[in-house]
Amino acid sequence: MNITINGEAASIEPLSVLDYLCQLGIDPRRVAVELNREILPKGAYPDTALKEGDSLEIVHFVGGG
Amino acid sequence: MPENNDKLVIAGREFDSRLMVGTGKYADFPQMVAAIEASGAQIITVAVRRVNISDRNKESLLDHIDLKKYTLLPNTAGCYTAEDAIRTCRLAREAGLSDFVKLEVLGDEQTLFPDNEELLKAAAVLVKEGFTVLPYTSDDPIVCRRLEDLGCAAVMPLGAPIGSGLGIRNPYNMRIILDTVKVPVIVDAGVGTASDAAIAMELGCHGVLMNTGIAGAKDPVAMALAMNLAVRAGRLAYRAGRIPMKLHANASSPLAGLIA
Repeated sequence: MNITINGEAASIEPLSVLDYLCQLGIDPRRVAVELNREILPKGAYPDTALKEGDSLEIVHFVGGG
Repeated sequence: MPENNDKLVIAGREFDSRLMVGTGKYADFPQMVAAIEASGAQIITVAVRRVNISDRNKESLLDHIDLKKYTLLPNTAGCYTAEDAIRTCRLAREAGLSDFVKLEVLGDEQTLFPDNEELLKAAAVLVKEGFTVLPYTSDDPIVCRRLEDLGCAAVMPLGAPIGSGLGIRNPYNMRIILDTVKVPVIVDAGVGTASDAAIAMELGCHGVLMNTGIAGAKDPVAMALAMNLAVRAGRLAYRAGRIPMKLHANASSPLAGLIA
């Protein structure tokens, strides 16, 4: 199915947000996730299944002033 | 530090250091870590950006920051609307360990001056959502008062444009702001060298925040130490009560007993 991740199109098999982060090699404790423009609390990562057309923003802290 | 009975208090939290530093623009992580250490800062700003999905080998900033030692202050750099700034703060709170945020809503790419109208809108929403808001703003006492009225934990007027190194361009406005608000006044942006930081503190400001002034120096670690000392010296001088400025001289040696 097709989703958008950080502005880019991606084709993935159905899976949970947590599994997707693991697949991407991302430490869930170090990021914040927005699903369809709403903050997804960390507690919901395991139970939230990604659906066709979902839009994900995955952000983390970087150097800045 | 000898000045430990003069802590900086923001939203009920106490800090020994009145210097806050950014984590951007360093040559590499080791230089950043060494500079932050030399600065003595306890509050460090970070930016919130998309994870690079395709390049997973990149080191992460938090690999190099001891979160037990430093308080992170996520910023909303790059946001030009209240909506984007609010979204960024919510993401930052979710990613981080606290609800301290440096709220920036920019109005112009060349000057990076704040869009105060959007800033006030964002501040109102964020304070209601329980964030501890430290807003980057212009050296305008009226806007500072409005930010305080909305419930911001401090005000952070710019000394000069971000990264410009021009110092405190309007010290008189800074003094008026200090008279206008009761929350801490932290000069944020424009500091170029140690004397700029000392001047901010001598005016009575409660703290100074800088990034480029340190990271952009030829020797950032040395400059970080200079800024550390300048902020402490300026604060000590302010509390020591300077002599007044006079047009004419006032001799330091006695007039009596002169040979004739």
